[in-house]
Amino acid sequence: MSSTSNTTTISTIGPPRRRNTELALLVFAVIIPVFAYANAGLALSDELPSGMLSYGLGLGLLAGVGHLVVRKWAPYADPLLLPIATLLNGLGLVLIWRLDQSRRLAQLAKNAHRVYSASAPNQLIYSAMAVALFVAVLIFLKDHRILQRYTYISMVGALILLILPVFFPPVFGARIWVRVGSFSIQPAEFAKIIIAVFFSGYLMVKRDALALASRRFMGLYLPRGRDLGPILVVWAMSILILVFETDLGTSLLFFGMFVVMLYVATERTSWIVFGLLMSAAGAVGVASFEPHVKVRVMAWLHPFAVYQDPRPSWATTEQIAQALMSFGSGGVFGTGLGQGASDLIGFAANSDFILATVGEELGLAGTMAILLLYGLIVERGVRTALAARDPFGKLLSIGLSAAFAIQVFVVAGGVMGLIPLTGMTMPFVAYGGSSVLANWALIAILIRISDTARRPAPAPAPSTDAEMTQVVRP
Amino acid sequence: MSELTLTVMRLGFLAVLWLFVIVAVQVIRSDLFGTRVTQRGSARRGAPDRPQRQAAPPPQRQQQQPSGRAASRGRRGAPTKLVVSEGTLAGTTVALQGQTITLGRAHDSTIVLDDDYASSRHARIYPDRDGQWIVEDLGSTNGTYLDRTRLTTPTPIPLGAPIRIGKTVIELRK
Repeated sequence: MSSTSNTTTISTIGPPRRRNTELALLVFAVIIPVFAYANAGLALSDELPSGMLSYGLGLGLLAGVGHLVVRKWAPYADPLLLPIATLLNGLGLVLIWRLDQSRRLAQLAKNAHRVYSASAPNQLIYSAMAVALFVAVLIFLKDHRILQRYTYISMVGALILLILPVFFPPVFGARIWVRVGSFSIQPAEFAKIIIAVFFSGYLMVKRDALALASRRFMGLYLPRGRDLGPILVVWAMSILILVFETDLGTSLLFFGMFVVMLYVATERTSWIVFGLLMSAAGAVGVASFEPHVKVRVMAWLHPFAVYQDPRPSWATTEQIAQALMSFGSGGVFGTGLGQGASDLIGFAANSDFILATVGEELGLAGTMAILLLYGLIVERGVRTALAARDPFGKLLSIGLSAAFAIQVFVVAGGVMGLIPLTGMTMPFVAYGGSSVLANWALIAILIRISDTARRPAPAPAPSTDAEMTQVVRP
Repeated sequence: MSELTLTVMRLGFLAVLWLFVIVAVQVIRSDLFGTRVTQRGSARRGAPDRPQRQAAPPPQRQQQQPSGRAASRGRRGAPTKLVVSEGTLAGTTVALQGQTITLGRAHDSTIVLDDDYASSRHARIYPDRDGQWIVEDLGSTNGTYLDRTRLTTPTPIPLGAPIRIGKTVIELRK
């Protein structure tokens, strides 16, 4: 029964605080990007880059602030989340800096009559803002169960954030941006956290109705029609995002996250079957008549068609072909930082396609290490869910780690040609303010839940008669 | 820069990156070795757990407490939090902010008890007009115990007194 196993709590025997371990790993996580920076600088211009000290100090400062805040406000938190996030963020900075140095990209921007500006300093500023947000979440969110009070408010908030980009002009074919003055944000990045709050609050209350009130048919539990309502609404919402914002990644992210949380809450395999069938139907349906999505699918099926002599009319971009060639020329150990030609991808080389640079310059070995680091973050999230004592915390940390995992899968799969390419960013590594901010906030919430989950139970109070004799009276 | 240096740096960087991954995995190996699984089903062992037998004082009541903590508890004042000290939810705390706290197996309870001996709406804890916290049994099957007595009427809760519902023990703390 679902209600029995949902209450299982897995805790670790041994010292629960691992703050010194975290500090050691953090030092390691700052040294690795500095090493990478020196390596890239030496390869590109035969000298140590001038900004090496400031980048190293900047990253170290951010990591130090994060560590001190965790030490003060979440002393029992998981020791791995912060160092891995810092390492990925630092490596992202190095890769973005390395692509900034590319003459090819500068020339491309010049041809398109755009001002070519370096992205790495901006990314460092975004990272500082993101760590500030991380600190704010840890300080002001004393208990993750407070979020449970805002279940339906967060549903409305997430819907507004998702619908907002429709009213803004599309940027590069997808309406995922909200532009205010010179600022532009991607609200979907923040919506994924807010909607995880709604899903966990909603499923916590409804999970027994969804799990138990069902008919058995051919080995599958068919839910009642009225319980199907929410899943249909979420499905319709993700299809609408796909149609009106032509944003493949976000719709996949939301629907996938909902199906994962539904499965975790109810333990019914039928939800996964329904979810997969519905997303397949939705994807095929939309891909067959939405032109932007259709182009993406064709580019995925025939990445090298762009080089054919009579070029087919739908083959407009060579990005995917260039990314695949990047991975290929990287081989097992890569060409070395700063020595690849992944800047041939051109547009979006440092955001959506940054994994191609990893693949070319660090090779299969480096790509696997990066993917394992993402895997470790997801694993810590799932581990936090296992250790959490309250059902809301369990569902929220599962939802957040599922969102993180799906995002990594969608981006990496798109760049490697496993699934059609979508406009999403690699968490922490890719260039983009919204993405960095939202993912640091996500890590902060996971740290808060893991702090609550790993905190040892308080010792029971002495009985009242013991208190009578033990009170020290002045 | 010579080709050799760059090759060494390239391989060295990959080695350092993998070293980080391996160290990180080492840090969490205690997840595999040395975990404790608390499950409702595993603690179900019959007679000694039945509520009517739980009137006997649990062993930790006799434990000596550090005197410093006892001194700090000597102050008069209202409790600020509710602590679950035994049972599957052990370690859960709820801040007392003048709201009514409902206990039971129903999902909309403030504290959702996962206890075979608890009723779906088992008991509630609320402040009266003077701010004194009161516990009231809501007609549960197995009863609510304050210290050793089964509750029949709404009763004020002394600070630190154990409220027992099935296998769950709840206390009010400052």
